[in-house]
Parts: sequence; C-alpha cells; structure tokens
Amino acid sequence: MAPLLSPLALLEGVDPWILAFSAITVAVTIWMGFRSARTSKTASDFFVAGRSVSVGWNASAISGEYLSAASFMGVAGMVMSSGYDALWYPVCYACGYLFLLLFIAGPLRRFGAYTIPDFAEGRYDSPVFRKIAVCFVLFIGFFYTMPQMKGAGTTLAYIFPGLPYWVGVVLVGAVITLNVALGGMKGITLVQAFQYWIKMFAISVPVFVLMAVFGFYGGQVGANATKETPPVSSEVQRLPLVEKAPRDEVWTAPFGPLTTKAVNAAAAALPVEQRAAYLAEYQKPYSLLYTYSLIIALVCGTAGLPHILVRFYTNPDGVAAKRTTMWVMILIGVFYVFPPVFGVIGRNLMPELYTGLAGIKGTDQVVLKLPTLLGAKFGVLGSILSGITCAGAFAAFMSTFSGLLVSMTGALAHDVYGRMLRPKSTPEERMKMFKWCAVLIGGIAVVLGSFVEPLEINFMVGQAFAIAAASYFPLLFMSVWWRGMTTKGAATGMLVGGLCALVGAALTNLATLALDKGPMGKVFASFKGMNDFWAQHPLLRILCEQPAIWSVPLAIALMVVVSKATSKQVPVDIRMKMLVLHAPEKLGLKQEYIQEHSAGAGH
Amino acid sequence: MSSPTPPQDDGIHSESFLRTLMRRQLALSITCAGTFLVALIAMPLLNYFKPETMAIRVAGFTLSWLILGVLFFPFVWIISWMFIRRSIALEDDEVRAVKAGRKS
Repeated sequence: MAPLLSPLALLEGVDPWILAFSAITVAVTIWMGFRSARTSKTASDFFVAGRSVSVGWNASAISGEYLSAASFMGVAGMVMSSGYDALWYPVCYACGYLFLLLFIAGPLRRFGAYTIPDFAEGRYDSPVFRKIAVCFVLFIGFFYTMPQMKGAGTTLAYIFPGLPYWVGVVLVGAVITLNVALGGMKGITLVQAFQYWIKMFAISVPVFVLMAVFGFYGGQVGANATKETPPVSSEVQRLPLVEKAPRDEVWTAPFGPLTTKAVNAAAAALPVEQRAAYLAEYQKPYSLLYTYSLIIALVCGTAGLPHILVRFYTNPDGVAAKRTTMWVMILIGVFYVFPPVFGVIGRNLMPELYTGLAGIKGTDQVVLKLPTLLGAKFGVLGSILSGITCAGAFAAFMSTFSGLLVSMTGALAHDVYGRMLRPKSTPEERMKMFKWCAVLIGGIAVVLGSFVEPLEINFMVGQAFAIAAASYFPLLFMSVWWRGMTTKGAATGMLVGGLCALVGAALTNLATLALDKGPMGKVFASFKGMNDFWAQHPLLRILCEQPAIWSVPLAIALMVVVSKATSKQVPVDIRMKMLVLHAPEKLGLKQEYIQEHSAGAGH
Repeated sequence: MSSPTPPQDDGIHSESFLRTLMRRQLALSITCAGTFLVALIAMPLLNYFKPETMAIRVAGFTLSWLILGVLFFPFVWIISWMFIRRSIALEDDEVRAVKAGRKS
C-alpha cells in the first residue's frame, strides 16, 4: 500500500492526455459552479435565472441534470455484460418522461409547488406529510449517489492504474462535498446545460470514430450469432470471447442473463438431471415477469424523481414548459442511442473486461477504455478520445452527485433542522447548518459508495427508480387525478410502498455483495444465507430484485382503501385545489387561490 | 400571472366545469399513454411468443434490437408531439369557452 500512495508512483502508467482532459473538466465545472454561485444566492434567484433563459437552454439543462453515471457508463457496461435485456434501461429512462409529461408535469406546474414536499404540504394542508416526503428525498438520494460513487471510483482507477477503488470514491466525494459546502454547484441552468453538451459530445464523437474504424452498429450486433441465424457480418473483426462472457445466442436474444439470473441460480442448486426440465418450465415465464417489473420501475420512477420535477418551474409559462419537455425527450433520446453501441463494440473487441466482472476492471469501464483501441492504428487519437470519454464521465457523476447533494442537504438543513428541530433559528445558523449537513451527507455517501464496487452502476440506479416508482409516483399521480385522497391515505400508501421497495432493493444488494470474492464478500458474509434461500425460491428473489410490479399497485391500493376509510378528512377546499391543478393558467385561478388561502388561514 | 381576479359567478367554480375539465384532460392523457403502453407491453410479449420473427436480421440487428435500441425513441417523440399540440389546443379551447360564457 505504502508505495502506491506516493505521488510519483501514482503517475506511473498514467496517460497524459486522459489526465489532462479529466483535470480540465473538473476544474471548469468547479470554476463555473463558484462563478455562478456568487451571482445567485437564493432559491428564488435560481428560478428567476431559469425563467430568463430560452427553451433550448432550459431543455439542455434538464437533460444535463438527468444524465448520470448510469446513463454515461452504466448502460454501456450493462449492454456488454447482459445484452438485449439491458436495452430496456435506456429506453425506459427516456420514455418515462412521457408519463411525466402526460400525467404530472402540467398540473404540478399550475399548482406552483416547487418541490414534492411543497406539493405534499399544499395539497393536504399537512406539515406531517412534508416529513415523510423528506425521508424519501434522503432514501432515493442515497440509492442514487451509490452508483455515482462507483462511477467515480471506476474512472479514477482507470486514469491512475493501481489506485484502489475506495481512494477514488473518497477523493471525488471529498472534492464535491467541499464544493457544495462552500456554496458552489447550485443547480445553475447554464452549468447544467453546458454539462449536457459535454456528455453528448463525449459519447457521440468516439462512437462515430469507433464505428468508422471497426464497423457500424448493425454490423457489430450482426457479428453475434442468434439461435436462428449464424453471424451475418463476417467482415467485422472479433476477438474470441472469454469463458465468463455470456454466449452469443443468450446475449442477442431477449430473456437473457440479466432477467434469468434467479432461475439459473435455482437450477444450479438442483441435481444435474433435473436442471433442463426446470429451466424449460420456469426460465422464460419468470424472465417475462422480471422484464415487466423492470419496465414499471423505470417508467413510473422517472415520473417520480424529485430533482427532475423541480426543473419544470424554470419556464416562463405552461406552453414553454411543454415545448421544453418535448426538447428534453429529443435530447435524451438521441443521447441514449449511443451508450449501447459501446457495449456492443466492447463485446467484440474487448472481451477481457468480462473477467473483471462488475468490479472496477469490469464492463462498467468499457466507455472509458474502448477508445484506446484506436491507439494501435492512429496513435495519439486513441488517448485523446479516451480522455474525452473520461471528461464526459466526470461531467456525468459530478453533476448528478452535486445535484443530489444539494437537494438532500437542503431537505436536511431546511426541512429537518429549520422547520422541525429549531424553527426559531436565524438565517446565519441555517447557513452554518447547511454546511455541516453537506459534510454529513457527503460522508455517508462516500462510505456507502465504497461498499458497492461489485455492483453494476446501472443496476443500482434502477433500484433508486424502483423506490421512487413505489413512493412518489403513486403520491403524485393519485393526488393530481383523484380528489378523494386524504392525508392518511396518501401517507400510508407512500410509506408502505416505498419502504417495501427499499427493503427489497437493499436485501438484493446485501446478498449480491455477500457473493463477492473480494473484501466485500467478507464484510457481508452473514447475508450469504439469503442466496441459498432464494435458490429455493427464485420467484421471491425476482420480486425482491425488481419490486415495482407489486409495490406500485400495493401503494395505490393502500391509498384508495385508507382514503375511503377516512373520507371525512378530504380537505374542505378540494374543489378549488383541483381547479388550480387542472384549469388553464390563463384563467388566473392560482392568484385567486393564494388570496383566498392566505385570507382564510390568517397569515 | 398578473391577470385580474375573475368574478365568482362565471361558472368556472361550478362542479360541472371541473368535472368536464378533468375528464377532457384525462381522456387526452390516457389516449396518448394508451398508444405508448400498447407498444411497451407488446414488445416483451412479441419476444415471448414470436421469438423467430423478432430474431429476423435487419441490417445486422435483430428486429427486436432495432426496435428497442433505435426506433422506440422517435415513436415516443411522435406521441409527445401529438400530446403537446392537442393539450395546448384544449387549453385554448377552455379559455375561449370560459370567456364566451362571461360575456353572455
């Protein structure tokens, strides 16, 4: 360990181009964050600043905030490791926006609630509800920061070969936490918009160069055999697959390794002669169930992500908000075509990544490493392009991590400290508290992040979506479209649904970590029994790993039942609230509602 | 935002107005969501019941890879474009109806 930590030894084997591009991105991001933080100090400045920019900039900013390490590195890694099934992730990440647009964005904008806790309090006139909403900001936030930390650890371990995973996590975590605590990195529109274009450039340019040199997307997929057809593009160069890589027929076809893991593990526990019959009976049906559950989690989860909803208010009016959403869908849709291409080419030309499994030497680093292949033919171009994808990766996990850190710290400092613990605290005390909360949350995120090296980035983000799908999505959807909802109904459904999804996701992670051959396997060894239990009951494992298919209906059902039972407690001015949520903004009902409300409440 | 407070007896505070309003908006949203969901639900089913068809090669891709990895995105853009156009028209229509009601 000791020689690794001396700075000179660290620089050994470092590609100067890659280091330069990464360092520039980090420096520019931090500098831009501080520069704009100086000019805008309060939350309202943030919104006003947003309102003065055009639809194009705003759409770029939303997209920049949305595309995290999962989109940039994780999707490519997962397509490489699991094949076709992983395509559901980019598709649903992009298409979830449609649900947001159709059912939630318009009404929430008209209601004028900037965050979900604000909406919950306004819709139900109940501060209790705010507390529950704040808890889920933290739950979803921590699940979302873990994969960002894995992205950071992977990228730094790639730039500095020999650097242990956890050092990268601590380093990046500390830099961003410090930055947020000192006031940089507020969710500034221009910084986020800039980040989108860095990511778009960094993912698309290397893909075009790689495809021009090694063969196009279709041809690269075509180099894999399917069950029905042999490889169709024989001119595409291909290295022999390693033993750990999934076979061609499984990889190209639906219901592959990602969705059949549980049944395969169950079959492996059976005597050899029973395995084939068992697989034939259960593999495909369970895999279909897994696929649908994944789709529900991702589509509903997108519609319930707190840090995305906030951005809808940075538009001058409803029409601009809708145009912005349209552009967001185009911008992220175009982006999501590219990452799978890395995975496909990586399978053909970098099969050695399969041996690293999901760790830092595994498929999650394919986006960073693949461009270096060009080095053999074009010398320095390979290093430059690899440097560009590293810069994109930094932009991805830095922007998402700092955005999450700001919103989680805000929830803790503003809602928990400022409203619950010390309502009488002065603004100076709150500012000081914000800094300490940032350090606390950053610290927890780093600790959690250093545990998750064996887990796939994209998989972990999917879990954050599953929790959002079972908590925020039912809350927003039902509150907007059903006037019979009561505080108790909403709270029960959201708490139970969300916690079920949370427990399922956490159990899956702990059990997977217990299987790790590295140090994490020892730390979590006590959860090994979980895997033996699931080998007996593969269906239970699927329902734990992808809980959305039961937790979302459970949350909605609880909301309906409890609301019916407490129907006397429907807010008295519900008709007015519904009118504000649904009537066109041009009728000016919001203004009237605020006047009535403040007159009635007497403050 | 700065429009004056409308009078109270113009019918927009009535139960029937809210009911039609919500119903029309929900109908539009559900139509669009339905189109999207049919495609989304059908994909795994097609993969399940028609694996041979979905494995047909198109420019190297399998058919199901081409649809999910590339064609699904433009499909969603079309739906959201239709929704945005119609919902803006619907809102204008409602505003016009309310204003006409006020004058008479």
